[in-house]
Amino acid sequence: MKIFLNDDAHEVEPGTLAAALDTLGYGGRKIATAVNGRFVAATARSRTALTDGDRVEVVAPMQGG
Amino acid sequence: MSFYGIDLKSRLLLGTARYPSPAVLERAIKASGAEVVTVSLRRESGTGRAGQSFWSFIQGLGVRVLPNTAGCHSVKEAVTTAHMARELFDTPWIKLEVIGEADTLQPDVFGLVEAARILAEDGFEVFPYTTEDLVVADRLVEAGCKVLMPWGAPIGSARGLNNVYGLRSLRAHFPDVPLVVDAGLGVPSHAAAAMELGYDAVLLNTAVAEAGDPVEMARAFALATEAGRAAYLARPMEPRDMAVPSTPVIGKAALGD
Repeated sequence: MKIFLNDDAHEVEPGTLAAALDTLGYGGRKIATAVNGRFVAATARSRTALTDGDRVEVVAPMQGG
Repeated sequence: MSFYGIDLKSRLLLGTARYPSPAVLERAIKASGAEVVTVSLRRESGTGRAGQSFWSFIQGLGVRVLPNTAGCHSVKEAVTTAHMARELFDTPWIKLEVIGEADTLQPDVFGLVEAARILAEDGFEVFPYTTEDLVVADRLVEAGCKVLMPWGAPIGSARGLNNVYGLRSLRAHFPDVPLVVDAGLGVPSHAAAAMELGYDAVLLNTAVAEAGDPVEMARAFALATEAGRAAYLARPMEPRDMAVPSTPVIGKAALGD
């Protein structure tokens, strides 16, 4: 199925957000996530199923004012 | 000074963006004496490591972080960003920005109050980036904010305190709420002026980061912040319209014709 991660299209196997993140290289990383504009806590990623067309946001710490 | 029960010695909060290098940022933070630095969060790719590197760097500095919701233009965006920040930085503190106007980056105060209420009810300790408007400030306090951060001038503008009267009124109306002038400061005298008004602290970024010598400017802002606070505590004299000679006239030699 196709998901959009930070606006980029990716083909992933149907499954959870945690699985998709592992597949796309985010395993073990300090990140925060949202799916379709809703925050998904780290503890909830493995029980959050993705569906075709979902929009996933992955953010990390950065400089700010 | 205390924010949400956390005692701090330094009254200067420093942003971490726009520095020439991480090494300069580190030296500037040390020179400023800041115990709180603002941080943010942005998209990261599966192959990128910038976020991880920055987080390790900040952890090594031993300072407290105040994550922001910079760039958010809606309540929903700001609330979701705050949740992501809380998890990422492991802090209930959030510098809440809901931007309403692109040219001035003026806060959308209606969205700000709404987002502040949602977040405060959810356990966040909200530092709202607001204007000096008294009624908005009142609504923010009602919503659960225990710190207020009015702008001095638009973010990054270096214009200083655009509305001294408004800032003074805000101080007078909220004597017990920690007030921080956030944004728009350009030179250390702006920070001193804010502190002389009785503000509890100042928050700045670009004025230090984009100075020719950010480390020396950080030190200058620290000195000015401390000087302004000391002046406030020393109770400055009231301005007068007419001159009053400081040297006593009595006993002056009579040398005229």
